[in-house]
Amino acid sequence: MKIFERFLHIDRRIIFVLIFIGVALPLIWTLGFNLEVTENVQSVYDLLEGLEPGTRILISFDYGPSTKPEIQPMAIALMEQAFTNRIRIIAIALWPMGVQMCNEAFEKVSAEYPNIEYGIDFINLGYKVGGMVTINHMAKDFRSTFPTDAGGNPVDEFPIMKGIKNFDKLGCVISLSAGDPGLKQWVMIAHDTFGKPVCGGTTAVQAPIMLAYVNEQQQLVGLLGGLKGAAEYELLVNKPGFATKGMDAQSVAHIIIIIFILIGNIGYFATRKQDIMKA
Amino acid sequence: MEILMHRIGIWIGVFLTFAIFSFLYKDNPFYKIAEQIFIGISAGYWFIYTIYNILIPNLFVPVTTDLAHNFLLLIPAFLGILMLCRLIPSIDWVSRYALAVVVGTTAGLFFKSYLQSDVLNQLTATIINPFASGNAAQIIGELILIIGTLTGIIYFFFSKKHEGAFGTTARVGIYFLMISFGAAFGYTVMSRISLLIGRLNFLLGDWLGIIKP
Repeated sequence: MKIFERFLHIDRRIIFVLIFIGVALPLIWTLGFNLEVTENVQSVYDLLEGLEPGTRILISFDYGPSTKPEIQPMAIALMEQAFTNRIRIIAIALWPMGVQMCNEAFEKVSAEYPNIEYGIDFINLGYKVGGMVTINHMAKDFRSTFPTDAGGNPVDEFPIMKGIKNFDKLGCVISLSAGDPGLKQWVMIAHDTFGKPVCGGTTAVQAPIMLAYVNEQQQLVGLLGGLKGAAEYELLVNKPGFATKGMDAQSVAHIIIIIFILIGNIGYFATRKQDIMKA
Repeated sequence: MEILMHRIGIWIGVFLTFAIFSFLYKDNPFYKIAEQIFIGISAGYWFIYTIYNILIPNLFVPVTTDLAHNFLLLIPAFLGILMLCRLIPSIDWVSRYALAVVVGTTAGLFFKSYLQSDVLNQLTATIINPFASGNAAQIIGELILIIGTLTGIIYFFFSKKHEGAFGTTARVGIYFLMISFGAAFGYTVMSRISLLIGRLNFLLGDWLGIIKP
């Protein structure tokens, strides 16, 4: 019976070490676990595939470095798909560090697309404080909300901004979000108030909350949830990257955690039975 | 020079990463140092960021360059000064006026949006004909959606004692809630592991060069 008692008192540092090794090894040696594309991710992909070349979409970078491992791969995969289909991207940020996240993603992707030009195919309008109020204001007067791009140049100088006065000429809105302000605020204003199709990607923590908006009302067209959502999107655009590689490590870590949950439960029920018999 | 600075940056990142991870063994001075550096840099960064990216472009520049068209900005500026009065104990009560404006306007602005998105649209999305699709899996899914929503709402109805048929329905609601908590926990684990993957990618890729970052 001592073994069951030991199950209940495993040193947490042993678990940390095993998780560390379990995550590190698959990053070095790829295991290649199977990955299936879920309906919510497919819907986002289909929405972008259905847009005409030249259509402008808005991507809001509502996250920072703390959630970069989960969300940056989504940004890269979405940009890959957009530039492949000649869809033009207007980027903004509701989080201050979102501007840098956007620049990093664009720098990485644009290296593979030499024809992509800043101001024609892509623009980064920078950060604006205010969250939901800012989104509401953009929907009524886009230019007064973002009179310049992130570099301080007037937006009128850029062909991509021609005719953009509100959300009317945007194909859809995508929010890559790690919290508030983020995807929920875009759903509330861009879709529920102004009827614009909205989709996005979130951290895994946020995903169960946002999944409720992927419904019959199409409040969200689709959703990329956490690293898995990003990996599925990389699979769809056929550009396996950080998320795909990370899913191997993710799976191994989950197996280790499940094993320890089982060990803990076996120990708990076995010792409880023993206590009842003693009583 | 640029490469050298890049390498120094990576080594600082490595030191801070290990300093933070060391807390998993036990609390120690290295963890404390990393924690204090993080707090200090965050405070300094936000202070400067607020001045240069919020106050200067949104208040100081418009007011100093074209006051006639931007005089309304003086109202939020004044409210902001009132808010800073919290720092002076003898007149800290003045900040309540600014706070009252923030609370009032936020409540007013958000009320309609939240009602529309979180109540009306969510409710409409649940009022569906579950048998319309003809697909067995979809029918089961939509029935679960309807039953889960109704029983979940019943669980949170506390004006009637949870007994008999009402109690049984509420109990079903609890099961749905527990399943949703389990799903949320699973997603949270996934999220935290993703952050660890990010850090290990930095250590194994940017620092050691074992993998391609």
